[in-house]
Amino acid sequence: MHRAFCWLLAAFLALAAPASFAADLAPLVRGLGAGSYAETEKAIAGLAETGDPAVVPVIEALQAGDLHVRKADGAVVVAKRAGNGYALTDPLTGAALGEADRNAVEKIRINNALRRTISATLGALTLMSPDAGTRRQAAEAVFKSRDANALDALNTALAKETDERVRRAMTQARASVLLAGEAPDADKIAAVAVLQERGDQDARALLNGAANTGSDAVKDAAMKAIASVEQRLALWGAAQNLWYGLSLGSVLLLAAIGLAVTFGVMGVINMAHGEMVMIGAYATFLVQEAFRQWAPGLFDFSILVALPVAFLVSGAVGVAIERSVIRWLYGRPLETLLATWGLSLALQQAVRSIFGPTNREVGAPSWMSGAFELGGLTITYGRLWIVVFAFLVFGALLVALRKTWFGLSIRAVTQNRSMANAMGIRTARVDALTFGLGSGIAGLAGVALSQIDNVSPNLGQGYIIDSFMVVVFGGVGNLWGTLVGALALGGVNKFLEPYAGAVLGKILVLIFIILFIQRRPRGLFALKGRAVEA
Amino acid sequence: MLKTGFQSGFKTGRTLAAAAGLAVTFAVGFAAPASAQDTIKVGILHSLSGTMAISETTLKDVMLMLIEEQNKKGGVLGKKLEPVVVDPASNWPLFAEKARELVSKDKVAAVFGCWTSVSRKSVLPVFEELNSVLFYPVQYEGEESSRNVFYTGAAPNQQAIPAVDYLAEKEGVQRWVLAGTDYVYPRTTNKILETYLKSKGVKSEDIMINYTPFGHADWQNIVADIKKFGSAGKKTAVVSTINGDANVPFYKELGNQGVKAQDIPVVAFSVGEEELAGIDTKPLVGHLAAWNYFMSVDTPENSDFIKKWQAFTKNDKRVTNDPMEAHYIGFNMWVKAVEKAGTTDSNAVIDSLVGVAVPNLTGGYSAMLPNHHITKPVLIGEVQENGQFETVSKTPGLVAGDEWSDFLPDSKDLISDWRAPMSCGNFNVKTGKCGGKGS
Repeated sequence: MHRAFCWLLAAFLALAAPASFAADLAPLVRGLGAGSYAETEKAIAGLAETGDPAVVPVIEALQAGDLHVRKADGAVVVAKRAGNGYALTDPLTGAALGEADRNAVEKIRINNALRRTISATLGALTLMSPDAGTRRQAAEAVFKSRDANALDALNTALAKETDERVRRAMTQARASVLLAGEAPDADKIAAVAVLQERGDQDARALLNGAANTGSDAVKDAAMKAIASVEQRLALWGAAQNLWYGLSLGSVLLLAAIGLAVTFGVMGVINMAHGEMVMIGAYATFLVQEAFRQWAPGLFDFSILVALPVAFLVSGAVGVAIERSVIRWLYGRPLETLLATWGLSLALQQAVRSIFGPTNREVGAPSWMSGAFELGGLTITYGRLWIVVFAFLVFGALLVALRKTWFGLSIRAVTQNRSMANAMGIRTARVDALTFGLGSGIAGLAGVALSQIDNVSPNLGQGYIIDSFMVVVFGGVGNLWGTLVGALALGGVNKFLEPYAGAVLGKILVLIFIILFIQRRPRGLFALKGRAVEA
Repeated sequence: MLKTGFQSGFKTGRTLAAAAGLAVTFAVGFAAPASAQDTIKVGILHSLSGTMAISETTLKDVMLMLIEEQNKKGGVLGKKLEPVVVDPASNWPLFAEKARELVSKDKVAAVFGCWTSVSRKSVLPVFEELNSVLFYPVQYEGEESSRNVFYTGAAPNQQAIPAVDYLAEKEGVQRWVLAGTDYVYPRTTNKILETYLKSKGVKSEDIMINYTPFGHADWQNIVADIKKFGSAGKKTAVVSTINGDANVPFYKELGNQGVKAQDIPVVAFSVGEEELAGIDTKPLVGHLAAWNYFMSVDTPENSDFIKKWQAFTKNDKRVTNDPMEAHYIGFNMWVKAVEKAGTTDSNAVIDSLVGVAVPNLTGGYSAMLPNHHITKPVLIGEVQENGQFETVSKTPGLVAGDEWSDFLPDSKDLISDWRAPMSCGNFNVKTGKCGGKGS
């Protein structure tokens, strides 16, 4: 009797304990590694049907690409890189399964269709997660997948939900499921109202779908909602365009500001300016390589370290160029133009020989990747920081020229060289340092541009024409002119692009500048006085 | 592909470059004056400096490797092969000059080279006039067939059309963004695709066409436009013919604005393993490319090729790509044709090349067709985190290159057959005469 009771208890425990779930799930998990995409998809559907939260880490591992098949026995395992091989763990229990050689396991491949299935499944499964952030993500995933199977889970979750933001996300997800699936008209019209309130592009996509397929009443409501959403989107679109203009303007400002020193203040037609930018970008690459090698944990700070390095490297190259070539050519603009053009080709080919002709990868630190939503605006962190950085550099240069002894010397030499010389300023040294300053600032621009453009030997070529346009348009020798010029050109470009297209937009800007220079040969803010004649 | 003079505003710059070039002379060619009798010379015409160096330098290296391999096997017709490398410096007229130099001065038996369509168009008259042989290894817009040129890259029907079919069938795409750089390859390809899509019942309002200048770096509002276009309630995909340099900022912007492959996939025709080497591919996983070869293809021939390539370049991180495979195929075809003809005489080699079949790197055989294009499988791959492509679709058989597209009104009646007795590159089947519209 006692013995039989024990057996019964054991059987009961075996059924109830998590281990038994694992036993039930195990064949389903094994199915993930069956081979074809279709079979994997079937296995995911099977796992989702269990509704068991234990499958969540398995599917997450599949999404992250950690799930492998052990070739020896066909078991599905989580494999993570450890030294030369992989450390294996059981996907359900998390128990360690020892290590394996790289060739002993094969990754379970996923394609786009599977990725969609996975995020939909994870969304439905994590709606009840204790973490509010996860619940909200889950609701967003259901919103995107419009999976009718998730409706029950959504209703249960919604009844229990207390967090206001998560509730809203879930209500919207519910509306999306109802609108895309089969539901009574009254429900659908209520859903249309919810989506109208959401009012973004995803909502518009859903409403468009409803307007094409629903009954007359639903169609009607959807059409009205679309009109209201589009009006809202158009307004935000205009604001977004302004932001794009500001962002492009700040890139132009960064590229041009160094030239505003070498060309604007010193009057050197520096065709090698773009290559100073490129050298700055390559300095960033080298700094990042060093970080990857020796301090991968501090990678997020690599850009901050790259800033002074790029400034010094580009600045030093600038000083060397001034001392070796340019100082012999002052007052001979044509020779300067040819010599610096030749230098730019030489620098490009030198970089090509050292680093190879292909692009180098410069990574974005985590605080510069991704985007955030501000109302209806999408602002990417990378661009935001570049805007901030451009204005910081501009401010710093302004202060350096106005408030420091070095700045005073620069202005004195520019305004009256012989008088400055007579006052004891070593003009040759000031020339070299000024050129170095302009080049160093170009190097700083290279750090920023490495985040948004190719790091290749041709990097600088793309910016040299734009930089000259900005400086000439703003008025040679005037820093404020460069600021206004850069922002104006950026704004005009982005304003024209939606109407004229990128190619025609660029041509129109060029024509505009040519006409403008005809009217005002000295640019927006012309310098007056003796310096002009010198 | 083609890349016109980098920026139109740079015309003066180019002239200046010519002047300044005197001061900054680059190493051009290192052809050794060897005794011509015991070697066969092979010309390599790829830019080693200038904007196209980024793509073409690799092809020069792969040719040197193939020639070295062949010499280890004893050369061709009992003679060693001798590479003659010249640098046309991404300068289109210079391509023609260098080609003439290779053929008439160095007396090379065949030339492997060019990347952009404009460079190919520039050398074409030289090869026809001097009756020599050019192997062209890059995918291009078609609409051309010359007796002296062998096109080992993909024609539009070997890349663009299968890619669009895949998206329509497997991803259920109904709305299309055709985005490209503004020059002849994207414009022709997009024209073909537009006609093709319309013939499949896609409406005009479901196709958005966008062109950008070379080296376009600010993609913010174009990516936003794509997102907006994709929010019309139908599955949307981007077909990208964006060229080289502009791709990195484009993909960075896609990643930053959160355009995921599962929502709006981008399929590219000019982005290969080399281009991805400069990008952090984590945000791009799942975006697609259509080629005839991927480095990740698991065949013994391919792993052998990769091993040799990395040993030759002494760098175990070097990647391989589609145009390299095209040179591999083209070079082996040429070797086989020369051995079949028993001479390097152009006429004999041109005649014996048609019908030659050699193994490609994806586990099959590629054959030279009478229209001087080759048969290839078409692969669709998804970008992986490690910068490689994972093949998600492969055509069941080989696709024959079609030089005159059936989807352009000017060329749909044209065929090309360089065998006797037709021996014509643009035979009009309607009028029954050689010499229709086109080249």
